[in-house]
Amino acid sequence: MDLSTINPALLVASLMVAATPILLAAIGELVVERSGVLNLGVEGMMITGAVCGFIAAVWTQNPWVGFVGAALGGAVLALLFALLTQVLLSNQVATGLALTLFGLGLSALLGQGYIGIRAPTLPRVDLGPLTDLPVVGRILFGQDPMVYLSLLIVAGVWAFLKFSRAGLVLRAVGENHGAAHALGYNVRIVRTCAIAFGGACAGLGGGYLSLVRVPQWTEGMTAGAGWIALAIVVFASWKPWRLLLGAYLFGGVTVLQLNLQAGGLAVPVEYLSMSPYLVTILVLVVMSAGRAPGSLGRTFHASS
Amino acid sequence: MTGTLLALEGLTKAYPGVVANEDVSFDIGRGEIHALLGENGAGKSTLVKTIYGLVKPDRGRMLLNGKPFEPAEPRAARAAGVAMVFQHFSLFDALTVAENIALGMEDPPKTRDLARRIREVSETYGLPLEPFRMVGDLSAGERQRVEIIRCLLQDPKLLIMDEPTSVLTPQEVKILFETLRKLSAEGTAILYISHKLEEIRALCETATILRLGRNVGTCDPRETSAREMAELMVGGTLHVPERETSEAGEILLRIEALSAPSPRAFGTALKDISLEVRRGEVLGIGGVAGNGQDELLAALSGEMRVKPGMILFEGKDVGPEGPNLRRALGLLAAPEERNGHAAAPEMSLTENAALTGTVREGLTRHGFFDWGKSRKFAQSVIERFDVRTPGPENTAMSLSGGNLQKFVIGREILQRPEVLVVNQPTWGVDASAAAAIRQALLDLAANGTAVVLISQDLDELMEISDRFAALNGGTLSPPRSARGLTVEEIGLMLGGAHDMEAAHV
Amino acid sequence: MLKLERRPQASTAWTYATPLLAVLLTMIAGGLLFAALGKDPFVAIRTIFWDPLFSEFSSFYRPQLLVKGAPLVLIAIGLSFGFRAGIWNIGAEGQYIVGALCGAAVGLAFYPMEARWLILPLMVIAGALGGLLWAMIPGLLKVRFGTNEILVSLMLVYVAENLLAAMALGPLRNPEGMGFPGSRNLSQYESATTWIDRSAGMHWGVVAALIAVIGAYVIMARHILGFQIRLTGQSPRAAAFSGVNPARLVLVCLGTSGALAGLAGMFEVAGPAGQVSIDFNVGYGFTAIIVAFLGRLHPVGILLAGGLMALTYIGGEIAQNQLQLPAAAIQLFQGMLLFFLLAVDVLTHYRVRFQRAEHRPAAKPAAAPEAAE
Repeated sequence: MDLSTINPALLVASLMVAATPILLAAIGELVVERSGVLNLGVEGMMITGAVCGFIAAVWTQNPWVGFVGAALGGAVLALLFALLTQVLLSNQVATGLALTLFGLGLSALLGQGYIGIRAPTLPRVDLGPLTDLPVVGRILFGQDPMVYLSLLIVAGVWAFLKFSRAGLVLRAVGENHGAAHALGYNVRIVRTCAIAFGGACAGLGGGYLSLVRVPQWTEGMTAGAGWIALAIVVFASWKPWRLLLGAYLFGGVTVLQLNLQAGGLAVPVEYLSMSPYLVTILVLVVMSAGRAPGSLGRTFHASS
Repeated sequence: MTGTLLALEGLTKAYPGVVANEDVSFDIGRGEIHALLGENGAGKSTLVKTIYGLVKPDRGRMLLNGKPFEPAEPRAARAAGVAMVFQHFSLFDALTVAENIALGMEDPPKTRDLARRIREVSETYGLPLEPFRMVGDLSAGERQRVEIIRCLLQDPKLLIMDEPTSVLTPQEVKILFETLRKLSAEGTAILYISHKLEEIRALCETATILRLGRNVGTCDPRETSAREMAELMVGGTLHVPERETSEAGEILLRIEALSAPSPRAFGTALKDISLEVRRGEVLGIGGVAGNGQDELLAALSGEMRVKPGMILFEGKDVGPEGPNLRRALGLLAAPEERNGHAAAPEMSLTENAALTGTVREGLTRHGFFDWGKSRKFAQSVIERFDVRTPGPENTAMSLSGGNLQKFVIGREILQRPEVLVVNQPTWGVDASAAAAIRQALLDLAANGTAVVLISQDLDELMEISDRFAALNGGTLSPPRSARGLTVEEIGLMLGGAHDMEAAHV
Repeated sequence: MLKLERRPQASTAWTYATPLLAVLLTMIAGGLLFAALGKDPFVAIRTIFWDPLFSEFSSFYRPQLLVKGAPLVLIAIGLSFGFRAGIWNIGAEGQYIVGALCGAAVGLAFYPMEARWLILPLMVIAGALGGLLWAMIPGLLKVRFGTNEILVSLMLVYVAENLLAAMALGPLRNPEGMGFPGSRNLSQYESATTWIDRSAGMHWGVVAALIAVIGAYVIMARHILGFQIRLTGQSPRAAAFSGVNPARLVLVCLGTSGALAGLAGMFEVAGPAGQVSIDFNVGYGFTAIIVAFLGRLHPVGILLAGGLMALTYIGGEIAQNQLQLPAAAIQLFQGMLLFFLLAVDVLTHYRVRFQRAEHRPAAKPAAAPEAAE
């Protein structure tokens, strides 16, 4: 095999691309879980976002409209989850699973006529001399806008949770919903907003897959990315910056194994393809998670 | 003092199947310390929730400073100058003191200013508190301070306190009372909810007594005897448990240098606990909530396994053994929390009888249940302990707190324990059920069982203990004979020295 | 204004009625969906639910009911144990694949020797063991390291899928298959086939499913293990107090569901599917989750739900051929069923009350903090 074909700078640049869908989905889920809700439907919301974004982009021939469509698609599906878990008080684990199964079916149906089509994709930014800088130029100044946006969202979520009043209320609701209710905060509304935000982020992540990363629509194209996003939230102990680290670590493994496949390593492709999933398991084992939000996954019912 | 602050007129609130408040009227004066007295289930909580905007009355109205007062939510109540300290603290363990306080304010100042104000207020009222500590790491008394300071920062006109002393040592109670008197002198009215009569007599100027949702009388507690108030509260005469003193027999349970980390976050680790319990005695273990009671019970019941040699039952090492082996030997336990710990709320009483009774009552054969036998066992608990329920096929959830408590204590007693460990056996139970449970524990001891009573209720401990020890921060004081102990001494044992100058024990 | 009030006791009537209501709602919503796709909703519903059972070709479809239903029921029974205890194995699809691989590998190892009394039982054991071991991975990791079993078991599905591909292309490939991926056809190997009566759709998997239903019923209703499972699911703290060893229960529940999923995979590969191929798994492991919930995690309910779900598979195929209904529409249909079930489930545990609009704005339901499940 020939490892010299692997260019480190390109590897880093492409790992950021590989990590972005998961990063987007995970940062959304982080907010949801900090509000005390466990939404296992990330995979379903992601793939719905992927197909909605793709369709919107093809129709308008504008990738940005595509991303708006992706976010909306994910958010709408998430609101379905909110309706079930917040209003009808259904079990969050079961509902999350249902959301994934439903999302997979829905996306397959919606995407029927779109297989094999190309959608308009996002150009990479080009800052001239900056982008041409050796090594760091391509990494720091030559990505597509969504990569920067995903980093902005992480920073925004961090600041929101740490410094804003609304972020404090969200954390309080996630920590002890009974006490938050007793203080007069509306647990249901806070959580519904968080769930919708999480859905929009997951949708964006899916849209990034179908519009930038691949960029095509195929059935089941998320291939577990949503679940990996969930794992990364646990790995990150519900902290935004650690989440970034986890997502890029995962992106690195993915890109590396793809490069090894291309490099013709004498191992069947299937075993290399397993590696991101095995690494995820390994990371879950090695990293002992921090303390989860106190009310995570529990149903809130204000009884009288 | 100077006129009425809050007037309640004919407040009525009904829930399906129960009238929580019926035509309740009384006035609270400015700067007055007003007691609201009543048994569990008398409707105190519903009433204060109405004032605080958490419950909307079906009928009646409230006047604040003569103007109609209809708070739609706690925020509105707070804006009008009503603040409340909850019985079960509405605090967030993983947030800091300052964050917790900010959550209870309408428009909190910047964190740094808030921290400064917290320090100011806490010094003014003698309630020391560090703004950036994690609330989960605080003691129960400190947690209560967080709640109080949260209220005080809003300059309330009326401060509602729901059973504030249940988590405090006698010394901490004294400090609290001083704070409250100071507030009252500054013109803040206090609505003080309690069922502890002596406290009310020491602190309050007026008392309103509720029974079964109705106002059954208003009095001046300083001039009314505790007995009179108790009878108003209960609506009859009280049965006081009787005890026969018996000679303590041989040692049944011995704990030697028990140390163990808490299984839950923000729990209290047990540190070097040693004690002996003899046949026929009641050992009372007092302590303020959160000082290791749950952990001690878990270590004794077998939920939490400990190192070999730390717990000896009749000389046999049971530290590393699980609950069922201990039960087989005769070491039984009843935890504090009825719902979801001592009993499974959604299961029937028959199934709940099997929850602990399987081993000693022989309810299984080759791993298969004989549900008929279990039903019979449940039935006998129901009959023997006067549990009010249509029958054993009803869920635990359908029972009232007192009845379920009688069931879970009775379930253990009927299994003829050698040693019985109970935690807060009468918590949230009405007076007659509490008396019945205490009597049952005394009877059990009289028949030769060693009883370990973990409780936060000092009256209860003094009433039935032979010896007394106190849990404080996970350590246990040396047990002393319960007879002749004064409240002061108990307070010091409980760690009342927390906020005082060096204690002399 | 709607208000929910918790029932002191789950409503028995609604426990039975909600699955039926969910099916009804799904039919209505599905009908609207089919109409939106330009199909006659009534014809579509009839094709899916009626034709497989009662049309003139039903004698051809009915055996399929057993073929599709058996693995669903078998897997769902296993899942129901864990789900009841709050242990979420959602990687049954992976355990199904690994069970099939192990079973097939044992069968192929003996080819072309004929000894049915030896080979088939060995394959059954290998299949069960394969699924069990695959499920032990999340189990042991959870017990030892506190790792989340949902995520690990799911990750292992993707690992298993890659393993399946590697096997179909590598070690298990038919040496006489002219280089095509996929193993020898086991269903044509007399000693290894799980078929009992091919034309009736009977294979050993059907028998195993029925035994599993009966066994699960007895265990849940009478055995101490069933009691411990239910107790742990409802109140984990009470279970610990009662003396349940949570680590053991995790292993037992995951092991049982893994073994049953592995069995289902083994019966499938050596019977209806016939060979190890790259696209051998068709999502039974995930559909079984729907079956388990739709059957209320109760063995008899699961049997009925498995039948219903098998019906939608078969009816869906007919609708695909006759009405050109897209395959994804059926998948969506199944997902909707679970959604509706979870939605109407609220009626089992809560009483819904209608209240007149309050004259005062923003009247909040009162607070007794904590009403967690």
